[in-house]
Amino acid sequence: MNGTALISTAVQVLVVVAGAPLLVGLMRQVRARLEGRAGAGIGQPWRDLRKLLRRAPATPTGTGWAFRLAPLLLVGTSLVLAAVVPLLTTASPLDRAADLFAIVGLLALGTVTLALAALDTGTAFGGMGASREMTILALVEPTILVAVFALSARVGSTNLAEIVTTTQHDPLRVASPASLLAAAALLIVVVAETGRLPVDNPATHLELTMIHEAMILEYAGTDLALVELAASMRLTILLGLLTSLFLPWGIAGASLAALPLALAAFVAKVAVLGLALGAVEVFIAKLRLFRVPELLAGSFVLALLAVASSFFLV
Amino acid sequence: MTDISYPLYLDLAAGLFLLTAVGVLWRHQLSAMIRLFALQGAALAAIVAILGIHQHSLELVLVALGLGVLRAGVLPYLARRALGDSPAEARETRPVVNVAASLLAAAALSLLAYAATRPLVALAPSPATGILPAAVAVVLIGFFTLVARRRALSQVVGFLLLDNGITATAFLAAAGVPLIVELGVSFDLLLVVLVLQVLTTRLRTAFGSSDLDELRELHD
Repeated sequence: MNGTALISTAVQVLVVVAGAPLLVGLMRQVRARLEGRAGAGIGQPWRDLRKLLRRAPATPTGTGWAFRLAPLLLVGTSLVLAAVVPLLTTASPLDRAADLFAIVGLLALGTVTLALAALDTGTAFGGMGASREMTILALVEPTILVAVFALSARVGSTNLAEIVTTTQHDPLRVASPASLLAAAALLIVVVAETGRLPVDNPATHLELTMIHEAMILEYAGTDLALVELAASMRLTILLGLLTSLFLPWGIAGASLAALPLALAAFVAKVAVLGLALGAVEVFIAKLRLFRVPELLAGSFVLALLAVASSFFLV
Repeated sequence: MTDISYPLYLDLAAGLFLLTAVGVLWRHQLSAMIRLFALQGAALAAIVAILGIHQHSLELVLVALGLGVLRAGVLPYLARRALGDSPAEARETRPVVNVAASLLAAAALSLLAYAATRPLVALAPSPATGILPAAVAVVLIGFFTLVARRRALSQVVGFLLLDNGITATAFLAAAGVPLIVELGVSFDLLLVVLVLQVLTTRLRTAFGSSDLDELRELHD
């Protein structure tokens, strides 16, 4: 029992690590094709990572432990998240840690370390990026917590595996207003948290509009590779979390036999969601920074209405 | 429609009903506000139609049809005609309460509506009275839109939201009002929008904008 759970979790972590850059490549490729360009192919992020991993990291003079520690901590938290979140299996050996509050905390820990590292470099763009990221984080965090509250209120537990299992047994639950509102709120928040359009432009070369990119301007070589890998892993995990919470079909229990099916279902669901996000991004422009709080306040209201309806519409 | 899925459909329609009201506060574009209002009219008609099918009442279904034509078709059409096509008029540029704050206010108003209607729901718990809070929340949000927006047209939309909420409350709490009263109210509504359309056009020719704050002082 424990052995199979370990194997399933190991497969899950491997799939996330190997698949995350491919997801980013897929989203870029969709965008390129829709814009009429040939695109670099789905494997390009992996080729970039391989190139960066061969180069020695360079640390700017005057930076301290915060700058050096951040890539490792970011990858570390992402790996823990990949092991804890029920993407392929609900029988993770870390199940007791798979509390939604703990997961939100781990996500925030990664973001805060990167912001500290950006402040540590002492450059203007780093500080600007860090301050913007913290502004967004401060608005995103309450929304995630409230949306999670709406989902857990009906199940009676904040354990992720339990929420997923309950939804699997009762598929009509997904179509309830509480669940739909929470899904909309979480989707906006995931877009903001992973730095995609319309909150942040991941492909920008203009420092004044950067958020995530401004924080990692000073990284080079191996460190940059780790930061990029962690960012793509977070995107994969968050999209996977969305699909697990709202479309939980195919996720395996404790048995190994259901694992290939779960793998196929996970890849298909995340790829479709990634394709849809990539396609939508072609049609929208980045919001002005001062309009971002409006968007996030809207998602907070959605989450709050989700909680209200999960309590009052029973 | 089976009895099991009836509450589900009703909840979904009510969710859409409330969500469009919040959406009106969210958007700056007046044309987007009118689209959302049309969607809300459709959601209101859906609520009434679901109630009618559940109670096997032909009258309610016909009323739903009429509501749908008026509030998802005629009123949005008239409002769009009042909008005109000058780009300076197309947006709510500086509302009295900014968008982020008004969204939070909408959240607070919804919670207030839930708290205020709890005794009412407790009187006769059923799926229909269960979504009464959403209807009351739309009334409050409509009233808030009336207060917090400057443009004549967004105030019209706020007024119409208010009336949508009142109609929904009537159907959910009292199983509808007599047909003649409903007809009278709908006719009044149509007249109000027509009069406000004329007023907006006059405002624009007199002041060059439909900002109602210009009407604060008396001129000779």
